[in-house]
Amino acid sequence: MKIIILGAGQVGRTAAHHLAREEANDVTVVDKDDTLLRDLQDRIDIRTVQGNAASPQILEMAGAAGADMIVALTNSDEVNMVACHVAWTLFGTKTKIARIRAQSYTYHPALFVSTEGEAPPQQFGGFAVDVYLSPEEAVTAYIERLIRYPGALQVVDFADGRVRLVGLRALKGGLLVGQPIRAIRDHIPRVDARVAAIFRGGQSVDVGGDTVVEHGDEVFFIAATEDIRSVMAEMRKSEDAVKRVVIAGGGNIGLRLAQKLEEDNHQVKVIERDKARARRISEQLRSTIVLNGDAADEELLVEENIDSADVFCALTNSEEANILSAMLAKRLGAHRVMALVTRPAYAELMQSGPVDVAISPQTVTIGSLLAYVRRGDVVQVHSLRGGAAEAIETIAHASRGSRSSRVVGRTVEDVRLPEGASIIAIVRHGNVIMAHHDTVIEADDHVILFVADKRHVEQVERLFQA
Amino acid sequence: MLAVVNVLGSMLMLFSVTYVLPFVTSLIYRDGLAIDFVVASALCAASGLVLWATTRRHKRELRSRDGFLLVTLAWVLMSLIATVPLLLAIPGLTFTDAFFEAMSGLSTTGATVLTGLEHLPPSVNLWRAALHWYGGMGIIVLVVAILPILGVGGMQLYKAETPGPVKNEKLTPRITQTAKALWAVYALMTIACIGALHLAGMNWFDAVFHGFSTMALGGFSNYDASIGHFDSLSIELVVILFMLISAMNFSRHFIAWQQKSLRAYATDSEAAAMLWLLSVGVLGVSLFVWTSGVYEEFPVALRHVAFNLVALATTCGYATQDYAAWPIFAPIMMLMLSCYVCNTGSTGGGIKMFRTLVLFRQALRELLLLVHPQAVTPVRIGTHIVANHIVFAVLAFVVLYFATVVVLTFALLASGLDFMSSFSAIIACINNAGPGLGVVGPASNYQGLTDFQTWVCSLAMLLGRLEIFSFLVLLTPAFWKR
Repeated sequence: MKIIILGAGQVGRTAAHHLAREEANDVTVVDKDDTLLRDLQDRIDIRTVQGNAASPQILEMAGAAGADMIVALTNSDEVNMVACHVAWTLFGTKTKIARIRAQSYTYHPALFVSTEGEAPPQQFGGFAVDVYLSPEEAVTAYIERLIRYPGALQVVDFADGRVRLVGLRALKGGLLVGQPIRAIRDHIPRVDARVAAIFRGGQSVDVGGDTVVEHGDEVFFIAATEDIRSVMAEMRKSEDAVKRVVIAGGGNIGLRLAQKLEEDNHQVKVIERDKARARRISEQLRSTIVLNGDAADEELLVEENIDSADVFCALTNSEEANILSAMLAKRLGAHRVMALVTRPAYAELMQSGPVDVAISPQTVTIGSLLAYVRRGDVVQVHSLRGGAAEAIETIAHASRGSRSSRVVGRTVEDVRLPEGASIIAIVRHGNVIMAHHDTVIEADDHVILFVADKRHVEQVERLFQA
Repeated sequence: MLAVVNVLGSMLMLFSVTYVLPFVTSLIYRDGLAIDFVVASALCAASGLVLWATTRRHKRELRSRDGFLLVTLAWVLMSLIATVPLLLAIPGLTFTDAFFEAMSGLSTTGATVLTGLEHLPPSVNLWRAALHWYGGMGIIVLVVAILPILGVGGMQLYKAETPGPVKNEKLTPRITQTAKALWAVYALMTIACIGALHLAGMNWFDAVFHGFSTMALGGFSNYDASIGHFDSLSIELVVILFMLISAMNFSRHFIAWQQKSLRAYATDSEAAAMLWLLSVGVLGVSLFVWTSGVYEEFPVALRHVAFNLVALATTCGYATQDYAAWPIFAPIMMLMLSCYVCNTGSTGGGIKMFRTLVLFRQALRELLLLVHPQAVTPVRIGTHIVANHIVFAVLAFVVLYFATVVVLTFALLASGLDFMSSFSAIIACINNAGPGLGVVGPASNYQGLTDFQTWVCSLAMLLGRLEIFSFLVLLTPAFWKR
């Protein structure tokens, strides 16, 4: 697939990395900053074009005429919208994805019109944007889920939120810890859950009914949304629901998170360094207490009773500051601390260290992007463990012609998956079925897979191509 | 380091396939050398296999630093391997001369140490021309196009081998596709060139030989008298046309081919400058040669000057006349033009027209700054703005280029060669042009040099082809420090 990425910022760079890694994609990146581009081209096998992303001339140079997809990820919503529209009108680019941050745009879906099935340069009463992503919104929702499930490292949705995949660290005190997985049936007989993968010391462990869950394991399981809590109690001592949340950084994500949390009657405090910004967000929040100060100021934290905070979230623009203030908060007695960290190397350093959860915004965003790029009928992709593993929701199609399908009509254990990949659940006519070894896959099922090693993703996708 | 050797091994294995061409030729002409080429090919493949197999465990993604080492090693090693058929087929050839001949072939210099070229077996002759052809677009570019092993590392290699100051411009998103595109254009044009030469009166073997040699801007011929052997105006015109095409940027050819229009050439200010300079040069030197009384009639002077000047200036190095016998202004002028004329991304050598233009504009900018100290003026080539870091890189390159010329000329002088021969030999070799003046002039060749002098010239050819930086960086201590 020929893909043009507009903007070489954090998200743009991550997208380029992920997309160019797959052999079938030809990636061109457009940005104004020449140094950024040169650096990027030295690292990955892509083409770069320097210039204004919305300009027809630049888009033409980037090969928009032959491109299958354009992904507008510049930091300006307006440039993204115009670039998509220009690409459609002048070059007829089929798929156009734009990053739109401002809620004032996303509140009005009528602004964006999907051009699917239309012929260019057909015009509509809106911008020709097939899909819009809002990284901030996605990240906020992600953090909110983490707060809802104390102890979870990662929570991702499938089938419109009816099932969730949860990653967490198993700890002593969990009912299942020290016992084989099959014991879960005796503990909670009504609940249908499935352990998707276990990572011990960073290495994937083969999961079977006899596998024993050990203290310190990183466990991924899938279950219906309403059962998540009871399954989590199997893995670690259940914790009380989160009440008091302290957020460091009143930027876009911090503000949105505070708004969501105060709706759910949490006690929220936001620490913002910039006085004007603090004032502005205080006007937009109701019960939240906005503090003007430095999140790394020990006295301020103590004074605001950090020791009784259930969750401390460091969400400023500076990842180093996030890590340090989260560590400080932990030292001062915050129960659970999270930090927004963009560099994958930092995220790895932080996990299982003094910071409980490292949130990497790009892996949250990249998943929704990957779903549009992947071949086959991939509905959803979630990047897990800092991009090393993936959870995929894909559609199983009945085979065309005489060749029998390698998936449909077979039982789960008969599908020949690459190493480390497993089918964990099936969504059929809106109902979620946990995958057991004898479950038969039918045509048009949505199959949810866990792929422990990202390198095998292409093999999995090929399997599902009819 | 060992990862570099690993890639080198697979390159050698790939290179062994190229012996098919002379092998088939040998079978057709029954010159009895077919078995020699099989031996050479097997030797190449075997050494490649050993290198590859022993270092297989160290395989990893190449870094930009590895690129320089790999490219230099590859060029030296390929030249070494390419000597095998020459040594087997030509009795009495020393290793020094064989290496010179192979390096001259791969680097598309076209200087030879052999005489009686007509009497060489056709397969060996074709092997010389084939070396030109592989080296013209670049053996590394060929490897990047064919071997999918390199990934981003391919870009590093490409940058280390491709001539010209601006190397970040990819034609396609994937480096392998860019390399494939360049080779496809190159191969198509070579076929066109061979066809045109045949129509102009060459037999098929001569046409193929000179097609390879012309497109690569090499300069080997299978006649001692070079193109002069044919004494045909139409052949000379065809050769001039294809030398000019090869001296242009192949990226332009690719874009024109892709867009199916000549529009791409209209904005090529580098090619325009080349054509302008060559036209002025041809007219001026013709007038000079005519008024000096070398030729009675002006059209005859124009014909000979046009061919020999374009051939030398584009660093091809064919000859139809002994231009070294013309009054000294003419041959020196022609030799000096070879430093400047070829375009970035062409198959020719020298400083390149783009760098010359950058330097010129930079000099003008300095002059302007004397008048308007506060002026903000970008260095502009056509519509293209040249970033400052490129201007600095160009300056550094030119300094190193002339320093290399001076050092190597002194090396030849110290070995007892006369000044004119030393200087012209180094200029001709570092520009990958071919014939110099004096004892290495168009009427003779490099056979008369001592072993030491031959090695110095071989080094000059390698430095010129890799544009000095890629080789010199290996000599810096910083390169080897971890």
